[in-house]
Amino acid sequence: MASSSGNEGDSMEDYEALISTTDVELLKRAWRNEKAAPEVLRFEFQLISRLREQIELMEETIQDKSTAATDPLSLSLYQMDLDRTLFLLRSYLRIRIQKIEKYMFHIRKTNELWNRLSKDEKEFTNACIEDLKQHLEESVLSKLPENYQSVLKQSVTSGEDDMVPEPQLDTFVLCRSKEYLTGIQLEDGPVDDRSKLFEMEPGVLHFICYKSIKALVESGKIDLL
Amino acid sequence: MAGQTNHELSLFSAEELEFIAEDETVDIVPNLKMGPLNFISGDFGPFTPQIVTQVPLWLAIALKKRGKCSIRPPQWMSVEKLTQVFEAERESQEMSDQLPFHYVEISRLLFDHARDNIPDVHMVRPLIEDIRNLRFHKVQTDLEAFNGRTIAVKIKNLSAMEVNIVRPFIGRALQAFYKHDSPELIPDPERVSDRRPQDVNNAPRRQLRR
Repeated sequence: MASSSGNEGDSMEDYEALISTTDVELLKRAWRNEKAAPEVLRFEFQLISRLREQIELMEETIQDKSTAATDPLSLSLYQMDLDRTLFLLRSYLRIRIQKIEKYMFHIRKTNELWNRLSKDEKEFTNACIEDLKQHLEESVLSKLPENYQSVLKQSVTSGEDDMVPEPQLDTFVLCRSKEYLTGIQLEDGPVDDRSKLFEMEPGVLHFICYKSIKALVESGKIDLL
Repeated sequence: MAGQTNHELSLFSAEELEFIAEDETVDIVPNLKMGPLNFISGDFGPFTPQIVTQVPLWLAIALKKRGKCSIRPPQWMSVEKLTQVFEAERESQEMSDQLPFHYVEISRLLFDHARDNIPDVHMVRPLIEDIRNLRFHKVQTDLEAFNGRTIAVKIKNLSAMEVNIVRPFIGRALQAFYKHDSPELIPDPERVSDRRPQDVNNAPRRQLRR
């Protein structure tokens, strides 16, 4: 029988260990972060595999119950809970795929981002890239003059891969910190303010440049909303 | 589809906000006997008639729809408390912190499904509407205070629905200020918001006149 698991995630803060957080809560958090972040975040390998097990277990349980003629009310409630969890999971995976589709060349090139994908997502990215490359080459690039036929560069003379779109890391995002954080460097903004250190009180919503809090989001200290 | 909310609009659709709010706990008074429920999202029950139990809002509404319980409206949804909040909102420019983050969604769900469980519902509803309007008006006046010096915005006590509505505006406003106030050339956020951003080295750097 599926049961709520305790707090096992490695990105959890100490004080949250006092409150036992269910996997569904963790998934909800990951889902929200993924929605708000402009780039693809680290895939929650352990969380997703735990959840997959729980979901399979639950599906079997519901199967058994429906054949055993349990009262339809509790059956439909179990089904509702399962549907809610499945929605979160699916939405999480879909958002990631959306981001991958947008920035696939960039993700493939950048090791840091590449390592954030799951195995299936990596296969998906490779397949997508092959398809897109082939399509572009056949339809347009082969018809352009010699020097302009690269998928990644505008022309052979370009120094960088300038045909590759990159996620906008300086978008402003809404976030909330769980603890009192100091020493956040606001790298961007008016020149004279750039060296100022920013503080965040717990529980207060802040609108801030994503770049400045990137590391804190990865370590789990800040939640995006 | 689940992942494809339009980027031009708010980050979360209204339904998604409601989904998030549905995990908040409420008190119910069941009128049936049922064993404990071991969901993926947690364990609830057992349910005994007339004994108050805490359940997530989605579960409460499901039970209520089937006539198996009545929902106790939360503390903050009484006429006295809401009038208090309303007065407080009117007097100060700050946002009251007496209302939970999801008060809009919770009150909407309760009005739709549990009208008969709310005492004085015909007073509670307009009160909440008034509070909403008042708060939103405050948000709008606060937003007028933006200028080029704003690098980050602190928002106290805003609710989920309000935040979701202003988020795209604030994001793009801050982006525009950032871009126009910086001496370096940065591509137009309008153009880049859906596709091609950050042309790394190709565009020549221009010093904007200060």
